[in-house]
Amino acid sequence: MKQYYQPEIETAPREKILEIQNEKIVKQVRHVWDHVPYYRHLMEEKGITPEDIQGVKDIPKLPFLSKADLRDAYPYGLLGTDLKNCVRIHSTSGTTGRRVVAFYTQADIDLWEDCCARAIVAAGGTNEDVVQVCYGYGLFTGGSGLHGGSHKVGCLTLPMSSGNTERQIQFMMDLESTILCCTPSYAAYIGEALAERGYKPEDNKLKAGIFGAEPWTEEMRREIEKSLGIKAYDIYGLTETSGPGVAFECEEQTGMHINEDHFYAEIIDPETGEVLPDGEMGELVFTALDKEAFPLLRYRTRDLCVLSRKPCSCGRTHVKMAKPMGRSDDMLIIRGVNVFPSQIETVLLNEGYTPNYQIVLDRERHNDTFDVYVEVSPDQFSDLMSQIQRMEKSLENALRTMLGIGPKVHLVAPKTITRSEGKAVRVIDKRKLHD
Amino acid sequence: MAITQISMFLNNQPGQLVEAVGAISAAGSNIRAMSIAEANDFGILRAIITEPDRVCPLLEQKFLIMRNEVLAARMDDRSGALHEILTVLNEGNINIEYMYAFTGTGPEEAYVVFRVSDVRTAEEMLQANGIATLSDDTLKL
Ligand SMILES: [Zn+2]
Repeated sequence: MKQYYQPEIETAPREKILEIQNEKIVKQVRHVWDHVPYYRHLMEEKGITPEDIQGVKDIPKLPFLSKADLRDAYPYGLLGTDLKNCVRIHSTSGTTGRRVVAFYTQADIDLWEDCCARAIVAAGGTNEDVVQVCYGYGLFTGGSGLHGGSHKVGCLTLPMSSGNTERQIQFMMDLESTILCCTPSYAAYIGEALAERGYKPEDNKLKAGIFGAEPWTEEMRREIEKSLGIKAYDIYGLTETSGPGVAFECEEQTGMHINEDHFYAEIIDPETGEVLPDGEMGELVFTALDKEAFPLLRYRTRDLCVLSRKPCSCGRTHVKMAKPMGRSDDMLIIRGVNVFPSQIETVLLNEGYTPNYQIVLDRERHNDTFDVYVEVSPDQFSDLMSQIQRMEKSLENALRTMLGIGPKVHLVAPKTITRSEGKAVRVIDKRKLHD
Repeated sequence: MAITQISMFLNNQPGQLVEAVGAISAAGSNIRAMSIAEANDFGILRAIITEPDRVCPLLEQKFLIMRNEVLAARMDDRSGALHEILTVLNEGNINIEYMYAFTGTGPEEAYVVFRVSDVRTAEEMLQANGIATLSDDTLKL
């Protein structure tokens, strides 16, 4: 039997969802205009007033917000309500530049926890489950988001936070946890730790895991599912948009349903900012439709992904987003094809090369040239020219298969790829010189 | 007996060859023979050098190098000498990947270096046909 936390909205007809979104966005834009001078100024610069926004179809008229805006506005510049109405903050790790601090009213916390509850029920959670939350608690959103969602579903919640694997395993076994919430890498680690202690996958009572907050691959999913004997579900979110639960996976495991009654998603061309049609890859942009304290409109996540509105077998009607491909900052467009340096790195490692490479892009008679310089390692070197040329060809073929576009491969001697500040310069784009 | 050849991977850029040969010279080694194969982006310098055991570790610090065994056959300095050697190898179905020649220190002394797929068989065939092959010792490397 199919289970939903809020069936009337999760399986609502598309017209109903649109109606809700239209009603919310009109109110939200007015709210932001009245309470957030920073954004009001951006709207005024574009010549937009709240009257211009009659529904979600008008969202593309609104200005974007970027991570840089959030840093500029730190800490209170994007606050959408009086501080006395706020009950909590969360914050990004701030590893690069200034931290982002997000504010929450009680209503914001409620809607966020509802989203997490939807994710838990989609993973098979009921009030009979024991949910072990080993995301970090504290400023990080992971712990409190899933913790709150677990409460809403009525699960027995184990607020473990991260680390102390010995204790995690003891509670998991003694209290018979059935759902594990943590980062995929920690799930994989727990799997290994259980095996080291002689536990087989069937020895634990876990049935599902809800894993997010970092990128992970399908291969990693299968590995975790095997080592823990569970079904592993992906979950997506950002501190800027509240936290995990903005989108979550259902049993189909073919993408994450975005909670569209709270978050409106667009895919844009990261270069031009144009909205792209469904099915095309681009940068994910979120508009919070009813958050009060930190009401971001058109926030550029820099995550690249694809949206799909194909009907889902789970019965949910909300749009699905694919696992993000990478950061838009890294994406190259070569002869109209999107290429990520990380894809090239994957091929190199698969083919036995070191990840020392450099991509050089240039333009010749209006066509992009695409050259990849790769350092040869001692165990690949041969005194036979034919063998080295075969290696070059074979690497070119592997890259063409992965990227859908063929680069010219140049093998070079070790330590010859330019390094600055100890780090290799991955991309040299000379095309800009010609523009 | 086969002899030791070193191969260096060099980027096809000005200054690379002079740097490589300079490094061999700085190590106090003498180049007895060499050849270069080049492609668009890179070249392979192959050389027979003196004291390879001592010099290779020094070169490895700066260059991508490898050592392998090649055959060096003594060749009379007359018309038809090379043809005889190649005929022997051909009849033995020995595939030659590449070859290059050099002269020795004495008069009428010439040598040819072969990179073959099967050094042992090739050597046996040559010796059975009265063609002398060199070792590191006889070449005084
Ligand atoms: Zn679904």
